[in-house]
Amino acid sequence: MKKTYKIDVDCANCANKMETAANGTQGVKNAVVNFMTLKMNVEFDEGAEPKAVMEEVLKNCKKVERDCEIFF
Amino acid sequence: MNKKQKTMLLRILATAALMVILHFVPVTGPARFLLYLIPYLLIGHDVLAKAWYGIRNRQVFDECFLMVVATLGAIVLALTTDGDYTEAVAVMLFYQVGEWFQIYAVGRSRRSIGQLMDIRPDYANLEVGGALERVDPDQVEPGTVIVIQPGEKIPIDGVVEEGTSSLDAAALTGESLPREVAPGDSVLSGCVNLTGLLKVRTTREFGESTASQILDLVENASSRKARSEDFISRFARVYTPVVCLAALAVALLPPLARLAALGLPPLWSVWLYRALTFLVISCPCALVISIPLSFFAGIGGASSAGVLVKGANFLETLSKTTCVVFDKTGTLTRGTFSVVGVRHNTIPEAELLELTALAESASSHPISRSVQEACGAPPDRQRVKDIREHSGRGVTAVVDGRAVAAGNRRLLDELGIPCPPEETEIGTALHVAVDGAYAGQILIADLVKPTAREAVAALTRAGVRETVMLTGDNEAAARQAAGELGIDRVYSGLLPADKVAKIEELISARTDGGAVAFVGDGINDAPVLSRADVGVAMGAIGSDAAIEAADVVLMDDDPRKLGKAIRISRKCLGIVRQNIVFSIGVKVLCLLLVAVGLAGMWLAIFADVGVMVLAVLNAVRALFVKNL
Repeated sequence: MKKTYKIDVDCANCANKMETAANGTQGVKNAVVNFMTLKMNVEFDEGAEPKAVMEEVLKNCKKVERDCEIFF
Repeated sequence: MNKKQKTMLLRILATAALMVILHFVPVTGPARFLLYLIPYLLIGHDVLAKAWYGIRNRQVFDECFLMVVATLGAIVLALTTDGDYTEAVAVMLFYQVGEWFQIYAVGRSRRSIGQLMDIRPDYANLEVGGALERVDPDQVEPGTVIVIQPGEKIPIDGVVEEGTSSLDAAALTGESLPREVAPGDSVLSGCVNLTGLLKVRTTREFGESTASQILDLVENASSRKARSEDFISRFARVYTPVVCLAALAVALLPPLARLAALGLPPLWSVWLYRALTFLVISCPCALVISIPLSFFAGIGGASSAGVLVKGANFLETLSKTTCVVFDKTGTLTRGTFSVVGVRHNTIPEAELLELTALAESASSHPISRSVQEACGAPPDRQRVKDIREHSGRGVTAVVDGRAVAAGNRRLLDELGIPCPPEETEIGTALHVAVDGAYAGQILIADLVKPTAREAVAALTRAGVRETVMLTGDNEAAARQAAGELGIDRVYSGLLPADKVAKIEELISARTDGGAVAFVGDGINDAPVLSRADVGVAMGAIGSDAAIEAADVVLMDDDPRKLGKAIRISRKCLGIVRQNIVFSIGVKVLCLLLVAVGLAGMWLAIFADVGVMVLAVLNAVRALFVKNL
């Protein structure tokens, strides 16, 4: 399953870091962060619950960039 | 500017003012240290906090941490030596100025690109009890009648029920000439209604309408990363640690070498200062921001010219195109037949056309329709009797009491009427006999588009080395068209499957490392579109299949757009390369200058912020595509 989320982050490098962090989260098959449109496309693993996974993703993203936000 | 940016700007200005004031305050010792701590904390407290969180989360190598190490180091050096704290505060100040500018510039370009592509309609008008009501277009079901007033955007694709008007489709196609519509015509969302009130019966949902689809495409386009973007991400990942290690080496190796090998004083503080300056330069921001921004601006600029590029990677491949392969029908030619001449006629041309049009009046074959079109007035079917279709050969009928036969040579052979030779190099010949005697032949051809020749020439000017045409037509017709257009190579008589094989052959035969682009109209050439390095669909507006299959979509059917698309991509990639070389070049130069002691922390931070500003401004240039 694929979903797109709106995000808020200030710098491009931070967006790259968020992408790495999101990809390292359990339940995420592939994540792409688009800094220009401030969007995150997440492809979930089979059977993963998007809401629960996204909470983990946000937690991991906050670790690498405190000033980021994901709206889900 | 949002609230966050405003607060930041205030902090920057306040710090700058404080620094000027402190410059004239004659205090020394601990008091001076405490006084300078005020602007330092004012400008840097969030950086300090971020660095602290970074350490706690084991994410040490981020730019906040580096800035903190560099500035704290500078403060410690100042404490032990001359008591000049300006440097630490200034570095933090410039770092924040750079950050602020970056956020501001990116926000601005994000908005201006957004405006450029602002074709998404906000509302739809429904007529409820004689009054207009504005509703969310998302809630309009297909089959609803919506009202579009002059000056409004068409929100949803549909068919005109009532009213005539002219439409401005510039936002979709980049074509500024208005298009006239009348009842029965289909209209696309995103067009602006210019003159009259229109009532439109919607044929799709909002989310599936042209405007929404195009916006989705463009917005998602920059998510497909180009190779240069990946290169930068990878580069950024190794760049920072490498520079940090270099800083460590600069701090330790030269003093130790001086001490041990040369017997000179170690000058610890000099080398420590140089090492700290290294840290200031270690942030890869200029690169990381300017490359995606360039691609985003390039894609935005292209879409404003009526060229949809479905990903940064395709923009990159398009810029490397050295061979363009065209499908003939519908791409270089109009894709519809028209009468191009009459030969060997024994009766007047107008009469021949009229009789033939009447005889063919029941047929919807493209050839019949072209004759009917050439005749002008719609045929009066009362005059025609006994129409008989001879499958694969033609038609016979009685028109005004005269026996008319129109068809290919086989039809006339069967009727026992001798035929003069055909002039097949121009097109297809339709033989006509009246009352058992040969009356003439009507030549019908798929005409090349008026702009096709210019389009091929423009490609050559844009740096394309070879143009190829693939067609299912016979060789004579194909050669004739290719000669007229200035196409280098022709492959004729191809079935759709042969075209895929030909494309593969052309791709593997490419020796200059360039890419092969295929241009088609998206109808039955989807496999070829996806097999080519870049598949370009033309005239694809409103055609989902073509938009789906292609990598680059030309919104209208003007082949000149392709040359423009290639020039846009070359410009964008040129800017990307400039930014890569410029940013890395300046950083390396700075590192060298700092290492030999020719530059201090001031220059380092100036170079860092300056490069970033210039790279961002350069990236925005990719947006301007009007004069390409």
